[in-house]
Amino acid sequence: MATDHSRIAARLMISPAVLLLLGWMVVPLSMTIYFSFLSYNLLSPGTEEWIGLVNYEFFLTDPAFFAALGNTLLLVGGVLLITIVGGVGLALLLDQPMWGQGIVRILMIAPFFVMPTVSALVWKNMFMNPVNGLFAHLAKFLGVAPFDFLAHAPLFSVVIIVAWQWLPFSTLILLTAMQSLDQEQLEAAKMDGAKKFRRFFHIVLPHLSRAITVVILIQTIFLLSIFAEILVTTNGGPGYASTNITYLVYAQSLLQFDVGGGSAGGIIAVILANIVAVFLMRMIGKNLEA
Amino acid sequence: MGSIKLENVTKSFGDVAVIPPLNLEINEGEFVVFVGPSGCGKSTLLRLIAGLEDVSSGNIYIDGADATGIRPARRGLAMVFQSYALYPHMSVRNNIAFPLKMAGMAAAEIDRKVMGAAEVLNLTDYLKRRPGQLSGGQRQRVAIGRAIVREPKAFLFDEPLSNLDAALRVNMRLEISELHQKLKTTMVYVTHDQIEAMTMADKIVVLRKGVIEQVGTPLELYRNPANLFVASFIGSPKMNFLKGKEAARHDAHTIGIRPEHLSISRQEGLWKGTVGVAEHLGSDTFLYVTLADGSQVTVRAAGEVELSHGDSVYISAETDRIYRFGPDGLALK
Repeated sequence: MATDHSRIAARLMISPAVLLLLGWMVVPLSMTIYFSFLSYNLLSPGTEEWIGLVNYEFFLTDPAFFAALGNTLLLVGGVLLITIVGGVGLALLLDQPMWGQGIVRILMIAPFFVMPTVSALVWKNMFMNPVNGLFAHLAKFLGVAPFDFLAHAPLFSVVIIVAWQWLPFSTLILLTAMQSLDQEQLEAAKMDGAKKFRRFFHIVLPHLSRAITVVILIQTIFLLSIFAEILVTTNGGPGYASTNITYLVYAQSLLQFDVGGGSAGGIIAVILANIVAVFLMRMIGKNLEA
Repeated sequence: MGSIKLENVTKSFGDVAVIPPLNLEINEGEFVVFVGPSGCGKSTLLRLIAGLEDVSSGNIYIDGADATGIRPARRGLAMVFQSYALYPHMSVRNNIAFPLKMAGMAAAEIDRKVMGAAEVLNLTDYLKRRPGQLSGGQRQRVAIGRAIVREPKAFLFDEPLSNLDAALRVNMRLEISELHQKLKTTMVYVTHDQIEAMTMADKIVVLRKGVIEQVGTPLELYRNPANLFVASFIGSPKMNFLKGKEAARHDAHTIGIRPEHLSISRQEGLWKGTVGVAEHLGSDTFLYVTLADGSQVTVRAAGEVELSHGDSVYISAETDRIYRFGPDGLALK
């Protein structure tokens, strides 16, 4: 943008897009904020009235809120742990020269293309089902009692399903990062007497730190709002054992028809997401600086 | 400490033989330069010595001991890479300290050695910086620092100056030569630049397609090139080659005369020609002259010569500096 003239032209040209995006965000957000201050239940239409912060008080003192908050953090943390560790491992494997590399890589991305509801149902019915599931058959073959994953370890099961979906994403990003590592650096480390493990920890892992940061940031944004996998597998249960904030907001507004309470929960979720974002940027954001 | 011997070493990648059986001895304390056009296998040869590539057959001896199957780190050699291969996430201090840390040396000892190397290489003020914050020449010095703290039996340099600008290259050339004088450690240096080879080497190994064409001191190669390839590769500007009648007069298939052994005059001489391009460098003038029979020769004239495009000139050669080559390209004695 060299001249004033071109700068003004550029601003004019991007303004429609900016206005559209702004409207897209501002209208729902302000409506949600407005609803969160109303007593608004779909079962008694026409009785909406201004009740101030009661919805917030109600939502924040609900024992389910703390359970959901904990579950959300466990879900995000667990999936991040599995996808980063597993992603680095898989990237290391896929980086080895081997026969059929192209096909293996395409197969690797496949889970990412499966819809969340579909993959959750596949896991629920074909793997984790205590009677017909593959794991149940395996357990029976080994002479152990089948384990009912979704009933006894619901949150863990959801973590596994979601991690399976996101593993290809992190693997691909980390693989491309790994391929951009200068081979001469590895050779220099070899000459300097670093064996395989030390080369990995001293050279490869620091090189990946930026890519890992990107994966963590992007995945956190999406993982905070996991919903479909919970809806089709556990319905948030048993009890609140696999309810996260997103699911709790859904339950409040669409199962209990309390739009006011649900909106308050939505705003709280937005605030929490921002707190997480600030912490993340503090912790790992420096990796993104050149 | 620091003699290297290659015995019948070969290397092939798949079906492609990069290095046919090759024998070479590098003596202790020598500065040996591998020189040749790109793709001649000089870098591969260096990587074989370093242990970064496995030999297909043959043996490598370092200090008399068979090192053929030994891991790179155990060979006691240090390498400076073309891209420097510094670790970008570590400070200069940690880069230089890395090989010592890997060897499990005590922290105080590491500190002392790093400071020592930094002093030799004028890096003391930059120890806290990252490689990204350094200039090309400084990075080069860090790479050399990382090599010298290990006190290796020999240094291996893989085209270390090719990423530097011309002025810096001259400087670093001097610094590396001085380092060699100071350390008296064997150095093996790979380059495609014959000027680097001529200025730095105790011994030059000229390679073509994996084959050693000639081994000798810079002046030996300059005075007695074994064949046409070495003759054209060593010396700048390139040697002039004449075939046909002129060569036959000297009982040779081809004769070669270096530009500096030709003299130019407006009045009289052996051959008549026309000046094409004249390059005036101040200290020298290079003239590209087309002879009457159509062949082109380069002439070096000392100082400022007032000749320009299109001038008619006569050229004569110093008869005792004419090189004679047979039809097979080998030099005739």
